[in-house]
Amino acid sequence: MIKILVYVAIILAIFAIGYVVRVYELATSLKGKKQHEVTDSDNRMMGKIMLTFLVVFFAFVIWNLESFGPKMLPESASEHGVGLDWLFNFNMTILFFVFTITHIFLFYFAYKYYGRTGNTATYFPHNNKLEMIWTVIPAIVLAVIIIFGLKAWNTITAPASDNAIVIQLYSQQFQWTARYSGTDNKLGDSNYKLITDTNPLGMDDNDNKGDDDIIVKNEFHIPLGKEVEFKLNSRDVIHSAYMPHFRAQMNCVPGMTTMMHFTPRITTQQMRDKLNNQKFDYILLCNKICGVSHYNMQMTIIVDTEIDYKVWLHAQATHKSQVNASAAKPVAAK
Amino acid sequence: MSAEAHAHPDAHTGHDDHHHHEESFVSKYIFSMDHKVISRQFLITAVIMATLAMGMSFLFRLQLAWPGEHFAIINFILGDKWGKDGIMAPEMYMALVTIHGTIMVFMVLTAGLSGTFSNLLIPYQVGARDMASGFLNMLSYWFFFLSSVFMLAGFACETGAASGGWTVYPPLSALPQAMDGSKLGMTMWLVSMSLFIVSSLLAGLNYIVTILNLRTKGMSMTRLPLTIWAFFVTAVLGVLSFPVLFSAALLLISDRSLGTSFYLSDIYIGGQALEQTGGSPILYEHLFWFLGHPEVYIILLPALGITSEVISVNARKPIFGYRAMIGSIMAIGFLSFIVWGHHMFITGMNPFLGSVFVFTTLLIAIPSAVKAFNYITTLWKGNIRYTPAMLFAIGLVSTFISGGLTGIILADSALDIPIHDNYFVVAHFHIVMGVSAILGMLAGVYHWYPKLFLRHMNKKLGYIHFWGTFISAYGVFFPMHFLGLAGVPRRYYSNSAFPMFDNLVDINVFITCFAMLAALVQLVFLFNFFYSMFRGPKSEQNPWGANTLEWTTPMAHTHGNWPGKLPTVYRWPYDYSKPGKPQDFCPQTVPLEEGEIDGGGH
Repeated sequence: MIKILVYVAIILAIFAIGYVVRVYELATSLKGKKQHEVTDSDNRMMGKIMLTFLVVFFAFVIWNLESFGPKMLPESASEHGVGLDWLFNFNMTILFFVFTITHIFLFYFAYKYYGRTGNTATYFPHNNKLEMIWTVIPAIVLAVIIIFGLKAWNTITAPASDNAIVIQLYSQQFQWTARYSGTDNKLGDSNYKLITDTNPLGMDDNDNKGDDDIIVKNEFHIPLGKEVEFKLNSRDVIHSAYMPHFRAQMNCVPGMTTMMHFTPRITTQQMRDKLNNQKFDYILLCNKICGVSHYNMQMTIIVDTEIDYKVWLHAQATHKSQVNASAAKPVAAK
Repeated sequence: MSAEAHAHPDAHTGHDDHHHHEESFVSKYIFSMDHKVISRQFLITAVIMATLAMGMSFLFRLQLAWPGEHFAIINFILGDKWGKDGIMAPEMYMALVTIHGTIMVFMVLTAGLSGTFSNLLIPYQVGARDMASGFLNMLSYWFFFLSSVFMLAGFACETGAASGGWTVYPPLSALPQAMDGSKLGMTMWLVSMSLFIVSSLLAGLNYIVTILNLRTKGMSMTRLPLTIWAFFVTAVLGVLSFPVLFSAALLLISDRSLGTSFYLSDIYIGGQALEQTGGSPILYEHLFWFLGHPEVYIILLPALGITSEVISVNARKPIFGYRAMIGSIMAIGFLSFIVWGHHMFITGMNPFLGSVFVFTTLLIAIPSAVKAFNYITTLWKGNIRYTPAMLFAIGLVSTFISGGLTGIILADSALDIPIHDNYFVVAHFHIVMGVSAILGMLAGVYHWYPKLFLRHMNKKLGYIHFWGTFISAYGVFFPMHFLGLAGVPRRYYSNSAFPMFDNLVDINVFITCFAMLAALVQLVFLFNFFYSMFRGPKSEQNPWGANTLEWTTPMAHTHGNWPGKLPTVYRWPYDYSKPGKPQDFCPQTVPLEEGEIDGGGH
């Protein structure tokens, strides 16, 4: 019943607007005006609104920067991220300058040259010198942007050093698992065909390299000032390991291993103190649509001092010990 | 290929023969082969699809601003299954996001924009009786229509519409076990897209052939309006890139239904290890973006073409740097084929390959900058007449600049790492591609409404529509950059699972308020659009004082466009306010005077 009433109301409203416009049009045609023709006063009004818009728009942009700017991510918690943030600000300064200049010209001309009867536009079809200038200048600016950008890109994507701590991040709908490579700093082999409820990563127990591996869920720890190399895998669909505080991201693709590495520079506790928020945590999110709970696929990242990290890691059970433990209490437990 | 060779005098009489046939309603309005009717069919279908897709965004914006809140309207529209107690189900959220994107990108901004204006303007502005093949043209509309129906029909599936995002990356989209949206709804999506690609190819081939072969006497390539240049390059891009998407879709269909493993390898899902090995989802990403990036320009170039024309006509000035504009259209078209990898910087692609794509992508900024500067210079010392179309064209220049600039950040692979796939990207492409193309399309609708429906739209409502749309577009998409810089990933049903996003709720509320304003203002447009079709004041033949050939035809829908002979063209289309002319415009059909130089020469 309510649905029908809503529909009827909408239809009546449309008719009502139709009649208002009709009456308005009849009234203007009685005055002998062609309502679609643009008059000088229309031009003047639109020109002034253009200029007003310019002012309001920049006020809006500044207000956005002031009120939303502080909500942006805190300073980078990884070493390469500091350089990236600098590069971002550098590029943004150039772009903001271009944005400002072009918008001032665009809207100021839109105001200054609003049409007046009797005025004639200047016939100015082209000017090679001008066109050359605004082809060459953007090309130079872009060259600078490209050079700085590629320099940063090459540093970030260069292979990790040999003594980087190797950690596998394993993704599946809808959770993350981290596997530490243990004392040998080598991950044991795994195969998706070996996956069972008790072996969620499909680890191959014939491979001794996996004995000292450590598997953790919910949160993982990394040490301050040590390079960490992540090897990313996926069990089912594409996920993306996104660590915004570390300015790091890489997709996890089923069937292949992807890699990224960085060096943390601020511990969780230091960041909590900086932000004055004792509940703050670094987070690993999924940033590639992966299914219905995509929006809640997360893992906490804790950056410890090196000593705390070692203590924590030492307290975790190795893969071998877990296998032995589950073998020790077999069927009876079920 | 001289234009003179293509003026066939016999073709005129041939047309005149069946000029006076009484046509039935079906052949005149439904299965019509007349470019003007097909153009209107595309436009009206696109307006309906755009309204639906905007309605979808309105629903998911409600969810983003007030997650967990009960909305009667959500229950009213989505029913108990997807909107129980007025709360949107996560499955529905993802389906809405996916179908909103697909409809906007393909149905509205590809078919709607090119379909409407290429069809309307190519025969008119090159001086042809109709498209090269009216029959293929008709087929292209009906394939598009079917494709739209299939796209919407996804929502009628019990398991819901496709919901893997508009890019539908496998394995998510390939495996029905991965989510409900990858079941029947995904099949519907693939069927719809396959039909769409057929439609797009038929249309594109027709556009290319018509522009190359049916130009009237005197209409050399360098006398073509920039609209036609834009449609031409767009059609070439479409014809070269859509088949690649088709192959991607075929392989995906095969993986879904025939047990192949083009995109699948080493997958354990739903409690079992799949047999498929050796494939790679990265292959799909390459194929998809090989279309996907040219697609951005398939959307944008026609809007830029329309803007060139509208700005020039209403500033009463020649477009500044006509040849540079053609050059930049071609440069953008060419470069668009070698930049697709910038969508894949963090897929694990070789970093060196990434560097190459950084370089090619940033090169595109140069022709784009030239276009923007040329638009601004066209306004300089003009005598600007503010028709609603002119407002939309100026709006496009603004959004093209502000959205294009953030593209420079995203194209820089190192800077892309922390913002890839988050709201910064959403803000960027909505402003530069979505809003710009929509503004260009609306400029075209207001400007050529007299040619489409022989009447005028209401000017005052047009003014309200423009300012409302323009302001709310920035209101919606500008703050989204900050969500991105705060690290919010896109396609999240809700941000409430992460305490770090708690302080961003007010930005989302702010955005949704502007989205509602934007939706409201579009009602003004819809009303104006449909009302003026029947009640708008009748238009005279050349209401804007324009030079191009479409305004030399009578204000009636005559079969064959020109009642008598085809017009002969003597000059380029931008002789506005040329010194020594009696009026501030000089149509292309006016012969050159003694000693007068054509094409903006002094």
